[in-house]
Amino acid sequence: MSKMTEQQAEAYWKRNLALMVKLLVIWFVVSYGCGILLVDVLNQVQIGGYKLGFWFAQQGSIYVFVALIFYYTRRMAALDREFNVDEE
Amino acid sequence: MDLRTLTYIVVGATFVLYIGIAIWSRAGSTKDFYVAGGGVHPVANGMATAADWMSAASFISMAGLIAFMGYGGSVFLMGWTGGFVILAMLLAPYLRKYGKFTVPEFIGDRYYSRAARVVAVICLIICSVTYVIGQMKGVGVAFSRFLEVDYDTGLYVGMIIVFFYAVLGGMKGITYTQIAQYCVLILAYTIPAIFISLQLTGNPLPQLGLGSTMAGTDTYLLDRLDQVVTDLGFAEYTTNARLSTLNMFAYTLSLMIGTAGLPHVIIRFFTVPKVRDARSSAGWALVFIAILYTTAPAVAGMARLNLMQTIEPEPGQYLAYDERPQWFKNWETTGLLAFEDKNGDGLIQYTSQAESNEMVKIDNDIMVLANPEIARLPNWVIALVAAGGLAAALSTAAGLLLAISSAISHDLLKGMIAPNISEKTELTASRVAMALAIVGAGYLGLNPPGFAAGTVALAFGLAASSIFPALMMGIFSTRVNKEGAIAGMVAGIGVTLFYVFQHKGIMFIPGTAFLGDMPENWFLGIEPNAFGAVGAVVNFAVAVIVARVTAEPPESVQELVDHIRVPVGATTAHDH
Repeated sequence: MSKMTEQQAEAYWKRNLALMVKLLVIWFVVSYGCGILLVDVLNQVQIGGYKLGFWFAQQGSIYVFVALIFYYTRRMAALDREFNVDEE
Repeated sequence: MDLRTLTYIVVGATFVLYIGIAIWSRAGSTKDFYVAGGGVHPVANGMATAADWMSAASFISMAGLIAFMGYGGSVFLMGWTGGFVILAMLLAPYLRKYGKFTVPEFIGDRYYSRAARVVAVICLIICSVTYVIGQMKGVGVAFSRFLEVDYDTGLYVGMIIVFFYAVLGGMKGITYTQIAQYCVLILAYTIPAIFISLQLTGNPLPQLGLGSTMAGTDTYLLDRLDQVVTDLGFAEYTTNARLSTLNMFAYTLSLMIGTAGLPHVIIRFFTVPKVRDARSSAGWALVFIAILYTTAPAVAGMARLNLMQTIEPEPGQYLAYDERPQWFKNWETTGLLAFEDKNGDGLIQYTSQAESNEMVKIDNDIMVLANPEIARLPNWVIALVAAGGLAAALSTAAGLLLAISSAISHDLLKGMIAPNISEKTELTASRVAMALAIVGAGYLGLNPPGFAAGTVALAFGLAASSIFPALMMGIFSTRVNKEGAIAGMVAGIGVTLFYVFQHKGIMFIPGTAFLGDMPENWFLGIEPNAFGAVGAVVNFAVAVIVARVTAEPPESVQELVDHIRVPVGATTAHDH
């Protein structure tokens, strides 16, 4: 575990931020977008007995949240290894 | 065996389990007491976080609220889960890397200021205390309803149980008890839901059952529900928004960032060994929470449909009061369900019109608690629901009490008043603080202040507007200084409290609301419970502006921020 140079630390942080922004956009779209702002439009579509907007608000957004955290965890573990800053 | 005996046996067995765990997991050091030794597996921590997080409100009240709000109830579902995404990305790994014991400790160090630490302690205590009152009330209510003892006795029993494992084991005892409590509460929640979904739709998974057709027909359950409620003049279940789109947006945002800013949730991430574990642990916590949170809307919709169909089996054909089912009678005796025969025909008419509606009271909380009775499930399921409700209230109360007591013993006593005390003295002090916190919470549970009802939602607003922005700016900005952070926290929590008080009364005392609880007086139509989101924006804005016009933070802050942004070298929470 060598110490990072300043440039490396900056590059690591930028990559982390880029990943985070990407995932937070999805987080926003599935909850505030599909579940609230666009709910009436999506409700025109029906999947089984669920109106799609209603499904996002009461089911879908929660499943996506779980997936987002695990995806972030995996990508960050890879980033830690790439920059040699993972623990052991 | 009768229900009461069975309930005593099931609840008694869970209590023996909690106390057994407490004795097995006594805390030997301050590190055990504050962060469970820093060696909790991320999956185990996720489960404990889930129990810590899901309170009596999630277990008992939420599905009932959704049942009557329909689509509008989605704010709770998204708001109370989406916060974990923010927590996992924006806070938990960095605070874990920092490796200290409490939230105010980080704020004090990052903003190089004792004053900032004190402000953080005050904000923490305000939001944790408002939250814990609701939990103590939940314990008292659950006891009095299921074990038929009075409310006060129920509360004393609950206090003794929490006292036992929280004082003895601190975070270590609380963590392992919470794992057991999670198992109890999730079984108690899902078993009745599975049975009801099977009865109504033939699908054992409630998440799919809600989107399926009614058993033996081609009609979708949700379509049927929409039709039944609109026939009686209620708003359509699947599209009924809460006030306005903007209000739903603000409410959801307030709950999300409030979740990420609640100290008793944040400190759970100090207990895992590594930064990586803090990230995945948030994911596991959300998995365990999602099991309940995706079941809740099904419980809500199905319970509403069951209720409507019991009262009005066919359109225009009303249930005769004398033929009402047993569960109806049981809940009438509690006063949570009330019928008044306004037109004297002996039939129950349930409508949206106040003057002709004869179901004069249906308390939200009945929906989950009466569910097993409505579905005619065996008595042991009902006993399990009682144990589950208690587990949910006790686990959250314990987590909150730990956050309060560690702020007192670690931030105030060790951090400011007597920095030179030995670890042994601090451990004793933390136990005394815990004991005092339990007694204080118990007192407030016995003598609930007038504002008890609105407190849980308020706790989120306060956490969202004070603690979350300070933590986030501490990690993502090197420019925000102590003046900015303090001004931001004070402004954020101030604006939120001011708004709530002006509409709900000063300290919630009736008659002191100088603008009245009127939607037309609401700022942009945002209800007080949703105002934490606006408070948070104020906090961010004030902090950035004040920081810009005052001196830059010292060089050491830059180093501290650089240090926490990279996982390498993160040690287990170190003794200091």
